[in-house]
Amino acid sequence: MSSSTQGLSSVATGSAPAEVISSKEIDASCRWPLLVFFSSAAFWFLFSTVLGLINSIKLHSPNFLAHCPWLTYGRLRPAQTDSFVYGFAAPAAFGVTLWLFCRLGRTRLIAPGFLAMAAKIWNIGVLVGAVGIMAGDGAGFEWLNFPRYASLILFIAYVFIGIWAVLTFKVRQQDQLFPSQWYLLAALFWFAWIYSAANLLLVFSPVRGVVQLCVNAWYASNLLNVWLSVVGVGVIFYFIPKLISRPLHSYYLSLVAFWGIALFGGWSFINTNAPLPSWIPALSSVFTLMMILPIVCVALNVHGTLSGDFKSVRTNPILSFIVFGAFSFLIAQSMNVLSAFRPLNEKLFFTYFTAGQAHWLLQGFFASVAFGAIYYIAPRVIGVDLVQQKSIRRHLLVFVAGVIIYGLALTLGGIVQGANLNNASVPFDEVIKGTLPFLHASTIGSLLLVIAGLLFAVNLSSLCFNCVWGMGKQLVKKGEERP
Amino acid sequence: MSLSWLGLVLGPQLQLGSQAPEMNDKTGQLYPQARAGTAQQGREVYRANGCFSCHSQQVRPQGFGADIERGWGVRRTVAADYLFDSPLMVGSQRIGPDLANIGLRQPDANQLLVHLYNPQITMATGQKSNMPSYPYLFEKRKLGRTISPDALKFPSGFAPEAGYEIVPRVEARVLAEYLRSLHAEVPLIELPSITPGTNAVAETNAPAAAPTNAAQSSATNSPAK
Repeated sequence: MSSSTQGLSSVATGSAPAEVISSKEIDASCRWPLLVFFSSAAFWFLFSTVLGLINSIKLHSPNFLAHCPWLTYGRLRPAQTDSFVYGFAAPAAFGVTLWLFCRLGRTRLIAPGFLAMAAKIWNIGVLVGAVGIMAGDGAGFEWLNFPRYASLILFIAYVFIGIWAVLTFKVRQQDQLFPSQWYLLAALFWFAWIYSAANLLLVFSPVRGVVQLCVNAWYASNLLNVWLSVVGVGVIFYFIPKLISRPLHSYYLSLVAFWGIALFGGWSFINTNAPLPSWIPALSSVFTLMMILPIVCVALNVHGTLSGDFKSVRTNPILSFIVFGAFSFLIAQSMNVLSAFRPLNEKLFFTYFTAGQAHWLLQGFFASVAFGAIYYIAPRVIGVDLVQQKSIRRHLLVFVAGVIIYGLALTLGGIVQGANLNNASVPFDEVIKGTLPFLHASTIGSLLLVIAGLLFAVNLSSLCFNCVWGMGKQLVKKGEERP
Repeated sequence: MSLSWLGLVLGPQLQLGSQAPEMNDKTGQLYPQARAGTAQQGREVYRANGCFSCHSQQVRPQGFGADIERGWGVRRTVAADYLFDSPLMVGSQRIGPDLANIGLRQPDANQLLVHLYNPQITMATGQKSNMPSYPYLFEKRKLGRTISPDALKFPSGFAPEAGYEIVPRVEARVLAEYLRSLHAEVPLIELPSITPGTNAVAETNAPAAAPTNAAQSSATNSPAK
């Protein structure tokens, strides 16, 4: 607790005497909350991918597990997506954010005990939410399907996490800011804003009729295209330079990318002919098209930073995770831009293409970046040797194969499905038959993702095991030294 | 930071947030009208079981997609059609067919219930549904002295073993009422409906549903394929 009082006193006095804190000490201060965040992320990743596998089987064999109401597709699918976003992505984002604030601000984490507690409350919220959906209490909104009692728990936990994270940022001793810091700081406020506003307007005091459609689309695009994207890109801009020991290519590109995402990211997911006054879908399409700007900026910045040192991408598996994440970001966001074009929107909306797009963003981009970051951070905060490159590489290979197979299957399957759906001379059951080969392929991808989840859990727990083992050995040694 | 909020939340709310039913010149009635109580209960079953994960409820206009050609509606859907729906479950996937007008295509509750019990039964010969069955919405009962009045009526060859009957639970019955209440066909001034027969589309319309007769499909149609 001593670290927390120190942190608070420096908030009060404003300018505490500069004290040089070693990286080791900073990492150690993050240990417990980050362990809770990362281990729960590993658990929910596995949970979500197992549901994903079941769902993927159900799509081509609809009567698989159909007898149990808890396991019907309509409940498992939202449980899968929501437990991924709130169970895996959010805790991973919080953990990485806290660590980056500490490291870049050269300060210890404030109130690690409270944060660990808040992290546990957050996890209880996710558990309640996932069980709630499966019990039939889902709210009925995409990406916001947790029942209201679960959203309330999550929000309370988030208030604590957010406040302590912002305070940690505030007590930093390094005044100069690196782009990742304001990316992550903005993301902290962004999530509080969209999560509270959307829950208020949809679940607690719902707006009328189709306005719900607008609010839901607004929330979904802010959640995926702004919040997750800003966190992920912020982490990419930190780790690529860090891992190859070079400066970030351009500060200004990162600035433009940030404002581009912030201004244009929150407008997507409205079908061109949704039952709305036509200015709304029109505005949505135009802003979604403008996302080209931040996409190009991110691509140029990543490429510029890496250029000349591409071989590190192959030799360092952590860097491979991060770079694969950046690559998937480009795919996912380009798919989003493409589907804003009127003729493509006609064909692609309502198909597996949109599910594929979410997959590229969540698994390909965010999960990949998060895995890379966690592999870098976890050994340091636990205070043990790094994870063996070989086990990281094994995880990497299985994961990348899973993401690509599943992603390609849904993307291409969606294109075929869309072409058939829009041709009234193809009967509906033929449309479904046309998608079946792709759905079978996606099951293979899902299976690989489950295995990747297992490997990640094993790697992470072996770190903890090493830590306990090391401490045990030290104790024994001390005991032997004593006569 | 709040630009998209102004555009996608505040703007629509200012324009549509206080939308109210209006007198319809053609029918002489207020439109839209709230759904009946049982149908509203059915919407809760629809939500709880996540039907929106596979079924959309929005019809796009003619010339954009093939929604009307597939017989999924007689006109595009507009904001007024959803005025009383909360939560709004318009869906973004068409793993199954659109349901905005399922109540027009299949007004028969028994057919809808049989479809929920086992989707394969209501399919035309040679076709397969990709919908899961929902056995947990039904009860298999030993036959009493007489058949229960609301027991499912199966086409020949699909009835359960002798001495048993399949009775829908309350959830299934209200869900069927909700599905029957889904129809957005009332002509609006700005959107006259495209009636079958006056439109060339009807000729080519062979939705998977009724391969035999497209023009009368709304009456004889088996539910959603």
